[in-house]
Amino acid sequence: MPKRSAPEVNAGSMADIAFLLLIFFLVTTTIETDSGINRKLPPIEDVVDPPVIKQRNIFTVVVNKNNDLLVEEKPMNIKDLRAAAVAFLDNGGGKGEEACNFCQGEKDPSSSDNPDKAIISLKNDRETEYQVYIAVQNELVAAYNELRDREYLRLNPNDGLTFTQADKIYSDPRTTPSTKEALKKKLDVVKLLFPQKLSEAEPSKTN
Amino acid sequence: MSKFKKKKGGDLPAISTASLPDIVFMLLFFFMVATVMRDSTLMVSNTLPAADQVQKLDKKDRVMYIYAGKPSDRYQSKYGTQARIQLNDKFATVQDVGAFVLAERASKRQELQNVLTTALKVDGETNMGLITDIKQELRKVNALKINYTTRLGAYTQNFN
Repeated sequence: MPKRSAPEVNAGSMADIAFLLLIFFLVTTTIETDSGINRKLPPIEDVVDPPVIKQRNIFTVVVNKNNDLLVEEKPMNIKDLRAAAVAFLDNGGGKGEEACNFCQGEKDPSSSDNPDKAIISLKNDRETEYQVYIAVQNELVAAYNELRDREYLRLNPNDGLTFTQADKIYSDPRTTPSTKEALKKKLDVVKLLFPQKLSEAEPSKTN
Repeated sequence: MSKFKKKKGGDLPAISTASLPDIVFMLLFFFMVATVMRDSTLMVSNTLPAADQVQKLDKKDRVMYIYAGKPSDRYQSKYGTQARIQLNDKFATVQDVGAFVLAERASKRQELQNVLTTALKVDGETNMGLITDIKQELRKVNALKINYTTRLGAYTQNFN
């Protein structure tokens, strides 16, 4: 009796179908790359009694409509902004109760008392370009991150991580809850040392 | 004779392509998983500014997007070259932002409604006036968490 083999199903066109689907998904794909600078807006509430803040604890940054920078009443190039902000935040000129025992700044009495008290005030014109505003924001956040990195390394020398790296691990959804818990404590300590106090004034109108 | 006699040699056996679909399917599944469908077509030019101190955006279902910038070329005859806001697939005015946020918030699951982030995807050349107005509207509806979406790069790229 002649041997008969079962007829094979022709799978040749399967590849074509799969390719069709593949190409469709390739075309519609945008692999998620969104990232940006996170900010929190102040809630609208009537402040009856605005707290009195000493002038030396405020670091004013003004961007005018020609995208020029005025820092503490003096024109400045944006590449010097980060260093100036670091010097201001890390100054630690306070005495007694307001003294800052971890600051490494110059302790200039005319600059900020304590990072906890230091406020950066950012003001821009309605005609300022958005990209310049973002550049300024970026540099100010960089100043905070620089100091927070330093403190994080000082407090947790065995981790081998900086604040920004630790924060990235913390916000990664794949991190286990127990690691998160441990990291959150360390992060909060550093955040308390250098709280991000970035205030934005209402923009001025151009006449 | 023997059972193990070689078959008639000579021509090459055809390479089996039976595993080709498997390989393609593997690729297919990768892209299906990694894919995010673009949910609104951009009607404004959208060159994001560069920044390097960035944080990743929250999960997609916790984010609502507000686009702003100059209308793209094919809309310029109709809408002019002034920067405008785009919400979903339509041009909108500043006054519409509040209603949009409330509608978006209502469409999300209950437990996510308080953790929503507003991502501002704004063209680099827009004036700050428009953005300030948007932020003011967001404050009115208590959508306080915002994210200035940027592309990764040195800030110096923003000055040209």
